[in-house]
Amino acid sequence: MLIPILTLMSLGLLFGLGLGWASVRFRQQGDPVIDRIDALLPQTQCGQCGYPGCRPYAEAIASGEADINQCPPGGEAGVRALADLLGREPKPLNPEHGEASLPSVAVIDEAICIGCTLCIQACPVDAIVGAPKQMHTVIAAECTGCDLCLPPCPVDCIEMVPHRPGATDWHWPRPMTAHAGGRP
Amino acid sequence: MKQDLRRLTRAAGTRLHHFHGGLRLRHHKQQSCRLPVARPPLPSRLTVPLQQHAGETVAACVQPGQRVLKGDLIGDGECQRGVNVHAPTSGHVEAVSQHLLGHPSGLAGPCVVIRPDGADQWRARQPLDDWQSLAGSELVQAICQAGIVGLGGAVFPTHRKMHHGQAARIHTLILNGAECEPFISCDEMLMREQPRKILAGARVLQHAIGAERTVIAIEDQMGAVREALEAAIAEPGAAAIDLVCVPAIYPEGGERQLIQVLTGQEVPSGGYPSDIGLLCQNVATAAAVADAILEDRPLLERYVTVTGSGVREPRNVLALVGTPIADLIEFCGGYAPDAARLVIGGPMMGYSLDSDAHPVVKATNCVLVLCHDEIASPQPEMPCIRCGECARVCPAQLLPQQLHWQIRNGLWEDAGASGLRDCIECGCCDFVCPSHIPLAQWFRHGKGELRARRRQQLAADHARERYLTREARLARQQAERAERMAQKKRALRDDAARQRKVAAAIGRAARKRSADSEPEPGP
Ligand code: SF4
Ligand code: SF4
Ligand code: SF4
Ligand code: SF4
Ligand code: SF4
Repeated sequence: MLIPILTLMSLGLLFGLGLGWASVRFRQQGDPVIDRIDALLPQTQCGQCGYPGCRPYAEAIASGEADINQCPPGGEAGVRALADLLGREPKPLNPEHGEASLPSVAVIDEAICIGCTLCIQACPVDAIVGAPKQMHTVIAAECTGCDLCLPPCPVDCIEMVPHRPGATDWHWPRPMTAHAGGRP
Repeated sequence: MKQDLRRLTRAAGTRLHHFHGGLRLRHHKQQSCRLPVARPPLPSRLTVPLQQHAGETVAACVQPGQRVLKGDLIGDGECQRGVNVHAPTSGHVEAVSQHLLGHPSGLAGPCVVIRPDGADQWRARQPLDDWQSLAGSELVQAICQAGIVGLGGAVFPTHRKMHHGQAARIHTLILNGAECEPFISCDEMLMREQPRKILAGARVLQHAIGAERTVIAIEDQMGAVREALEAAIAEPGAAAIDLVCVPAIYPEGGERQLIQVLTGQEVPSGGYPSDIGLLCQNVATAAAVADAILEDRPLLERYVTVTGSGVREPRNVLALVGTPIADLIEFCGGYAPDAARLVIGGPMMGYSLDSDAHPVVKATNCVLVLCHDEIASPQPEMPCIRCGECARVCPAQLLPQQLHWQIRNGLWEDAGASGLRDCIECGCCDFVCPSHIPLAQWFRHGKGELRARRRQQLAADHARERYLTREARLARQQAERAERMAQKKRALRDDAARQRKVAAAIGRAARKRSADSEPEPGP
């Protein structure tokens, strides 16, 4: 009678220790749901969704505070991807948060810039370089086109220039077809 | 596994194998092989695009008004992402401006416009006569300087391919002369007229990548080529090179298909031929390498086939890069009266342009002009009947009907997983589809879309990283500010306490003094 009890107790102790160790060793860093939502957001960091960046919006979606149709840069395709991930019904973009616009980059008119550094402070991805009282400039490759540097500029010398497709990023268009195509 | 493959591929060319699918197509090559290759007269203007391959646009390094000599560098790719561009003849730079690029998009882009002075005067040239004593990396550097790209159609920068090869230890160099697409005969004419140059280029390439042997593959229908190459190989002092005739099945000249025929092994999906010990180069690329190393002539001209029933005198020409296509057509007798469509490349993999003002670029292997009755009248597209013909002929062993459905419905991840990236856009599936579905067009579109998505994803990941870095920096700065404030407060508090203590001490001292000075109350 005693031996089975002892055996079971020691087994329980062993498994308990194992589980305890595993829970420490394999602890999840961060919240995987937030990471997966964030991975689907376009990372423009424009704040049009009503949150100060894509990650805060991802957190708000995960907590159920925000809906999935608030990100204009992501467009309808972005809403669909979020709906797929979260197992919800896709819905049209909420027009309150603005419309999807063409990709663009900010360009500073360097002749007018007074070097006040306000735009640097507004840029969410550190795409502007400059120093106090010096001319500022945008690193085009880093700019996400979020428009956030426009309002703070006291002399209105920043302009958003739409991206013009060139031969380098051209790709073959969708063929024109007469019928809608069915499942093979 | 990989080692096994490397060993198996050593026997390349000793026995011929098969690749899956493919088509036997009518050749249409004789018409452009009747006349010898000729050089058209110098055009009045050369427009040399600064984007010569699928990669980046390079920076112009000449100013308008500047005089350039033949072979001068005019666009500097710095051997990184772009490919060097050279002045095709001597003359004056008229402008650096936007012109048609000869690109499938039909778009304009930055070009250097040169007005030739007619002297065709070379810059000083320093051939690397001692190439046999140079290290492979020095030769690759020289190839990069000469702006050489793969001339078979893919226009991948040759130096990048060789870099890959040097790292991967190549045992066999394969020269691809199996020009399988109908109508195109520029490689065939080159092999007939310049066999020695090709062999010289092969020796340089073989030395540069440290390969043990070289195999030249040609199609079994190229009798004249075979004779010319055999004669050149038999000459005393020529390198020992194996000539292999492969059956003419389209798309035999595809890199992966040719390797499969020569070795019986497949290049792994997503991998490179160098993974199994092979490096494949087009014969024209080998000739360009010989020019660059032995004569210090950068890549500034190429053989172009001008053919089709829409041209009066089909032939091959040796055209300078930047020559307007209209000039080539004129040199070949002009358009036939019922010419209807201008195609760059062959009928299977080419693309049509709507203007002959586009220039010849390094990628232009063929200018094909078709007549009204040759243009397949656009048959009405019908729904797929799942006949499986497309899968039977696909040399990449894909399931085109499934890929088509996935692309059409925007299932990009599924299409990627089904091997869309392995499609070589050969058009075989298209050709046989009884429902006239433009399958290859869908796959070109789909591959472009996958690339664009990948680019977007990378840009988003980059922006996310920068955003998080900035957030972390702001948080750190805020914490530091808070810490400084706290320190100041503490210091102030300490200050106040000390002052209170001092005041208390002063007070005590004052009280003591006043107590001392007061006369002792008398007893
Ligand atoms: S609206 Fe702007 S900040 Fe919000 S998720 Fe979309 S891109 Fe990111
Ligand atoms: S430069 Fe302006 S538009 Fe570009 S990312 Fe920064 S704030 Fe946004
Ligand atoms: S906010 Fe305007 S003026 Fe100030 S530094 Fe930026 S660009 Fe120059
Ligand atoms: S175009 Fe692509 S899918 Fe069609 S046969 Fe060729 S490789 Fe296969
Ligand atoms: S050949 Fe055409 S009809 Fe037949 S399965 Fe393929 S796509 Fe469908």
